[in-house]
Amino acid sequence: MFDISPAEWIAILLSLRVAIIATLVATPFGIALAWLLARREFWGKSVLDALVHLPLVLPPVVTGYLLLLSFGRRGLVGAWLADHLGIVFAFRWTGAALACGIMSFPLLVRPIRLSIEAVDRRLEQAAGTLGAAPWQVFATVTLPLALPGVLAGMVLGFAKAIGEFGATITFVSNIPGETQTISSAIYSLIQTPDGDAAAGRLVLISIVISMGALMASEWFARRATQRLHGN
Amino acid sequence: MLRVDVTKQLGEFSLEASFESQGRVTGLFGASGAGKTSLINMIAGLMRPDRGVIALDDETLDDTSAGVHVPPHRRRIGYVFQDARLLPHLDVRQNLDYGRRMNRLAADPAQFTRITDLLDIGNLLDRRPGKLSGGERQRVALGRALLSKPRLLLLDEPLGSLDEGRKEEILPYLVRLRDEGIPMVYVSHDAAELRQLATQIVMLKRGRVTALGGVKVLT
Repeated sequence: MFDISPAEWIAILLSLRVAIIATLVATPFGIALAWLLARREFWGKSVLDALVHLPLVLPPVVTGYLLLLSFGRRGLVGAWLADHLGIVFAFRWTGAALACGIMSFPLLVRPIRLSIEAVDRRLEQAAGTLGAAPWQVFATVTLPLALPGVLAGMVLGFAKAIGEFGATITFVSNIPGETQTISSAIYSLIQTPDGDAAAGRLVLISIVISMGALMASEWFARRATQRLHGN
Repeated sequence: MLRVDVTKQLGEFSLEASFESQGRVTGLFGASGAGKTSLINMIAGLMRPDRGVIALDDETLDDTSAGVHVPPHRRRIGYVFQDARLLPHLDVRQNLDYGRRMNRLAADPAQFTRITDLLDIGNLLDRRPGKLSGGERQRVALGRALLSKPRLLLLDEPLGSLDEGRKEEILPYLVRLRDEGIPMVYVSHDAAELRQLATQIVMLKRGRVTALGGVKVLT
């Protein structure tokens, strides 16, 4: 049962790589957006808020198709990126990372936003009276106090990214060794005769990864509360 | 010299205050809800007046007709809050050092030692704020504000959250602080406290200045 074949290893490692890169690249954007939504009032804020959450409620196949239209070879953004920066997303693992990053973005942003909202603004004011400019207040007060929330968001985003299926397969297809993640490998396996055992192994592995990530996320969230209470 | 001449509407409450102070310790006296905290929040730059001028020595900090508003971090005005507001993720030493670091001033170990001795907090340096008593927290907040080298120190009921015994513990430190020579604005609703500390009184009632002068106006 636990003889993981080379092909399965490739899918597992690819999934990990895709999810880790997606999370790392999405995090700075997630922090910036979470801060904007938590701390600033501006025109169009509710639209931006809805836009961030859109991948959560949109059918994944729609998100994937929209990505194909915009980031595909002939897509507006995709063509420009390929011509000017040499970055290609279509049918590459980078495209899988992009799809996973976008699909997991709402789950990444939410804990960060909540933890920034929980930071006492009176502490930020106090830092200001001590001479800290707004960016220094962010770097030395807001972000450190929100850090456990940032880590919780990253872990949750990672868990979502590693399980992403619909948008990824729509956008970059299901190419072994390039875009075939654990999820799309399972999908292929259950459509082949005798694929049950292999599919079972991958299912078990994805359950373990997801459970581990959820538990880590909870642990970080608990740390956040402790930190805010100064112990 | 501190010059304040501001108006501010806060919901139903209107604040219209004008005073000048040469005193070393200006006591801002009034019942709760008189507008004392709003007034010093404006001096600190945390709240903007609707109209008016705030000036410290030769520098205009706020002038609404000229569109001037110096942000809090450039005012070099220290603020000791009633609830201390120590940064919970930093230990006492890092809290005390925070203002110096943010202003990119060179380390001054002699001054650091002098202030920690003055306030008797030298034995607390490695603790987190969560592990301090109310009185200790307030003393650290005083030290932190002093070590940021302010031109003016604002104190908003620094004894307000402490019980009687603790007040007696802090008061001597405040007297020592006054004798340090940094000008202070001291907010309180306790006349006895101000008689011990203030050199000049601004009396505030429902958002208006009703009396100005020496500590004798408190009677």
